[in-house]
Amino acid sequence: MRNDWRARSHAGWWAFLVHRVSGILLTLFLPLHFLALGLALEGEAALDAALRWTEQPLVKAAEVVLVVLLAAHAAGGIRLLMLEFLPWREWHKTLLAVAGGVTLAVGVGFLLNLV
Amino acid sequence: MNTRTQVYLWAAQRMSAVVLAVCVLVHLGTLIYAVQGGLSATEILGRSRGSAAWAAFYGVFVLAVAVHAPIGLRSVLAEWLGWRGTGLDALVIVVALAIAALGMRALWAVIA
Amino acid sequence: MSVLQVDVWRGGESGSFQRFEVPRLESQTVLDVVTHIQRVLDPTLSYRFACRVGMCGSCAMTVNGRARWTCRTHVAEVVAGGALEIAPLRNLPVIKDLVTDMREFFDKWAAARGQFRPSASRKDDFARVEPDSPRRQLVDAGIECIGCGVCYAACDVVSWNPEYLGPAALNRAWTLVNDVRDGARDERLAAVAGDAGCHACHTHMSCTERCPKKISPTAAIAGLKRATLGAALKGKA
Ligand code: SF4
Ligand code: SF4
Ligand code: FES
Repeated sequence: MRNDWRARSHAGWWAFLVHRVSGILLTLFLPLHFLALGLALEGEAALDAALRWTEQPLVKAAEVVLVVLLAAHAAGGIRLLMLEFLPWREWHKTLLAVAGGVTLAVGVGFLLNLV
Repeated sequence: MNTRTQVYLWAAQRMSAVVLAVCVLVHLGTLIYAVQGGLSATEILGRSRGSAAWAAFYGVFVLAVAVHAPIGLRSVLAEWLGWRGTGLDALVIVVALAIAALGMRALWAVIA
Repeated sequence: MSVLQVDVWRGGESGSFQRFEVPRLESQTVLDVVTHIQRVLDPTLSYRFACRVGMCGSCAMTVNGRARWTCRTHVAEVVAGGALEIAPLRNLPVIKDLVTDMREFFDKWAAARGQFRPSASRKDDFARVEPDSPRRQLVDAGIECIGCGVCYAACDVVSWNPEYLGPAALNRAWTLVNDVRDGARDERLAAVAGDAGCHACHTHMSCTERCPKKISPTAAIAGLKRATLGAALKGKA
C-alpha cells in the first residue's frame, strides 16, 4: 500500500512537488520557446507576428505563470543544492520560506512591468 | 547503465544547476527589464544581433539546460511512468540532443 | 467515560477497515488501544510489539495516515474528532492485519553493507575515538536508529522505485562510512551509489519529518551523495 496526502502534507514534500511539476512544465515549454525565437530566421516580421500573438490576455497570463515557474524552480533548486552540498543544519524550512519569497517577488516584479 | 555513470548523471545535473542558477538570474532580470513597454522584434534583435557577449551567455545557457532537463526527465519517467532501462536512456539522449539543437538554432536566429 | 472510534485494517494486502469502540483512558497510547482490541474485543487481531518503551522498533504502524511508533504515540497527539485509523506500514507487503513483512527492509540494510567490518584484529589496541571529533559527531547523529521502518514507509521514492535502498539502510551506511574503525568504506560507497542508492533521493524529507528518533536520514543521504561522487572520481565506486 502507498502513502496518501496525509503522509505527504509537510513542507518538504510540497516543495518537491512544486520543483517537479515546474521542471516538467518548463521542459515542455522549452522547445516552443526555441521555435518561436527561431522565427527570426524568417526575418523580423515573422518574430513580430509571434510577439503580437503573445499580447492576448490569456497568453500574457501564461507568461506570468511561466516566469513564476522558472523562478520557483531556480529558487527551489538553489535550496536543494544548499541542502545537498553544505554541512547539514536545521534550516530547510527557512530556506523554503526564502525560496517562496523570492519566487513571489519575481512574479510580482514581472507582472508590474508587464502591464 | 552502470552505477558510476548514474553517479556522474547526478553530478552533471547538479553542476549544470549551478550554471543555470546564474543564467536564470540574468535571464529573469533581462526579462523584467525587456517587457517594459511591450516586446518588439526590433528591440530584441537590436539587443542580441552581433553581440558576442549575449551569444556566449545564451550558448552556455542552452548547453546547461540541455544537460539539466533530460536528466530530470529521466527520473520523472522512471518514477511516475515506470520507464526504465536502455530505452529510457536512449530517449533521454535524444531529448538532450534535440534541446541543444533547437536551442542553438534559436540562438543563431537572434544573433546572426 | 468517552469512547474512541477506531478503524483497524483487517486482512492482507486487499483487506478493509473494521470499526471498534475502545474506552478512552488517560495517557493512553495507540499501542494501548490496539492491545485493548486484541485482549478484549477480538483475539484474532495480529500486530507486533515488544519493548513498549521505544527501543525495539517493532510497533510501527500507519496512524491516521502517517507512519508512527505506536508505543510512544499518545492518543491525544493524533486523535481526530474522537477517531483513529490504524493500518499497517506502507511500502511493505502486508502479512495480516497490522503486521507487515519487513524482509525487504532488512535485506536492503544488508545490501547497503550495513555490517561493521573491523579493520583491526584482537591483537591490536583499542581504537580511540574522540567523542567530539567531527566524524564521531556524524556517527552520533544517526546511530540511535531503532530500525522501526517508519522512514521507509514514509518515503515516496521507495514506492516509485522499488529497488531504492531507502532512508534507514542509507542512514546506517553513513554511520559506518564515518566509523574510523571500519574497513569496508570503498565497498560500501560502491553499494550505496546510483539510481538504487543515495542518488535516487529527492530530499522530500518525509523520512526526517517522521523519524521518531529525530534522526535525519536526508542528512546522511546528502553526505553519501558527496562521498560516493568523490569515490567515483577516484575510480573506486
Ligand atoms: S529525503 Fe530521500 S530518503 Fe527521505 S523520504 Fe525523501 S526521498 Fe526518501
Ligand atoms: S531512521 Fe528513524 S524512522 Fe528510520 S528506521 Fe531508524 S529510527 Fe526508524
Ligand atoms: S514496542 Fe518497541 S518501539 Fe514500540
